[in-house]
Amino acid sequence: MRKAFINALVELSQRDERILLIAVDLGYTVVEPYQEAFPERFINPGVCEQNAMAMATGLAEAGFIPFVYSIAPFATARPYEFIRNGPALHHSTVRMVGVGGGFEYGPAGPTHFGIDDVGLMRLLTGTTIIAPADAAQSQSALRATWDLRGPVYYRLGKDDAYVLPGLEGAFELGTAQRLREGKDVCLISLGALARESEDACRQLETGGIQAGHILISSVEPFPTDMVLEKIVDVPLVVVAEAHVPAGGIGERIGTMIAENGLSCKLLRCHAGREWDGRSGSHTYCLERDGLTGSAIATATEDMLQNKNA
Amino acid sequence: MNYRRESQRDIRRLVLQMAYDAGVGHIGSALSVADILLALYQDVLNIPSPDDRQRDRFVLSKGHAALALYAVLHMRGWISAEDLKTYCGDNSLLGVHPDQVMAGVDFSTGSLGHGLSMAAGSALAARMQDSSRRVYVLISDAECNAGSVWEAAMFCAHRELSNITAIVDCNGQQALGYTRDVLDLQPLAARWQSFGWHVEEVDGHDIDALSTALAASTRTSSPRVVIANTTLGSGVSFMERLVHWHYWPMNEEQFKQALKEVSGEET
Repeated sequence: MRKAFINALVELSQRDERILLIAVDLGYTVVEPYQEAFPERFINPGVCEQNAMAMATGLAEAGFIPFVYSIAPFATARPYEFIRNGPALHHSTVRMVGVGGGFEYGPAGPTHFGIDDVGLMRLLTGTTIIAPADAAQSQSALRATWDLRGPVYYRLGKDDAYVLPGLEGAFELGTAQRLREGKDVCLISLGALARESEDACRQLETGGIQAGHILISSVEPFPTDMVLEKIVDVPLVVVAEAHVPAGGIGERIGTMIAENGLSCKLLRCHAGREWDGRSGSHTYCLERDGLTGSAIATATEDMLQNKNA
Repeated sequence: MNYRRESQRDIRRLVLQMAYDAGVGHIGSALSVADILLALYQDVLNIPSPDDRQRDRFVLSKGHAALALYAVLHMRGWISAEDLKTYCGDNSLLGVHPDQVMAGVDFSTGSLGHGLSMAAGSALAARMQDSSRRVYVLISDAECNAGSVWEAAMFCAHRELSNITAIVDCNGQQALGYTRDVLDLQPLAARWQSFGWHVEEVDGHDIDALSTALAASTRTSSPRVVIANTTLGSGVSFMERLVHWHYWPMNEEQFKQALKEVSGEET
């Protein structure tokens, strides 16, 4: 996804000379195509995330559209106040690009996990948040949003090969993508975790459960009406997100259910078990937090059985 | 009274009046930078109008001295007397810290350690756009406690951004004490020099000296820093060099006394 995103950024930069890429000394084997195509518009300021965000604010004031690229926690949590008082406060055309949303940097350990990035960015009023599900969608999302007014956060994954079935790269700001229809349960996924939810849907189908599935890649603006329309008639909503519960989309959907007086139950599958010092692969981290397809399916089945009991 | 003295008096009277009317402090800091802002806005900054894209940029990184900025923007005719009176009132653009929504304010500040980095981006932008515009940023000496200042300092020197000038308002004081006691900054000039900056030291209340130092064209490829030695509360005898006046507002008696002193009526 990250390479596809950079390639699309190279294409856009050919027709919009305002675009810059600030890679905060990260992005080896990913950012080079940009650096080669636009050596003057590629900036590596060294290991200084807050400085990078503030400089991007200064560049944006002069008319540039800087993309600040790093690993998700270093593009959000590390320079947080400089984003808050910079791009967010100034309504700047600065783009924060965080790679490795969720547990994609599993073996690197918790300093590298991107499991609170969306929540942090949601706290900043006026910030657009985009979490693509696959490489093609990361490109269409970029093409739809690069010149938006105000800051944008892109939560990217590392996997450039995976293709989410049925998505075909579709993206529209403020819209969710319907991947499946089903009357028994509606799964709602945040970005790249849709891959696991699709596995969960297949497992549920095998057990005779008809599962609908919606992808949220436009987190902010949130596709409220569309989600509401899909969950109004189902008995159970399952939200799957590689993110801590605070600030995630599960919290948001729970609020929506309460505000609209819906009778459905809500199951939230999320990250954020207490850290025990043991790291492992991306899959290991998903398993540990109950976020693999089979774990999501099993939790859904349990919930449906309890409901029926 | 000559023009310099007159403007030094006017800016101080405006600062005192606004602070007294609003019942707020940060007077000492505003008086500390008053003459630096006069030098910048009367002699140095090339700003035909606040919305001119090619204007020089100014970042008041020590945003808590905004009182003095509003006063000098009023003296340039960019803030009306009526708007000045709204300082710290409801629905006013003139808060304790400056906001870029207001014409004449390029960047919102208030959190120390942020301004030099924004100014570095602004200077890099001018360079990339082949513009001759310059960027000035006023930071406090205590602000140099913040690591982000030195991140930006390294970047400016590495990129040879000779179009940026930082001014350190060196009054030796910070919110809870004297800088030498809280976190000693010395040798400050040598530290900036070692980061690759061209350093000059001037009397921060001598407008001619300030203007000469700030307007100087740089022959080197280095960014420039002017260390302006200042006095917190400059012009008001009972405020000068007292940590108390970093925050404290004036009562009526103090206000009258201060106004007399800055007007040269008595000391």
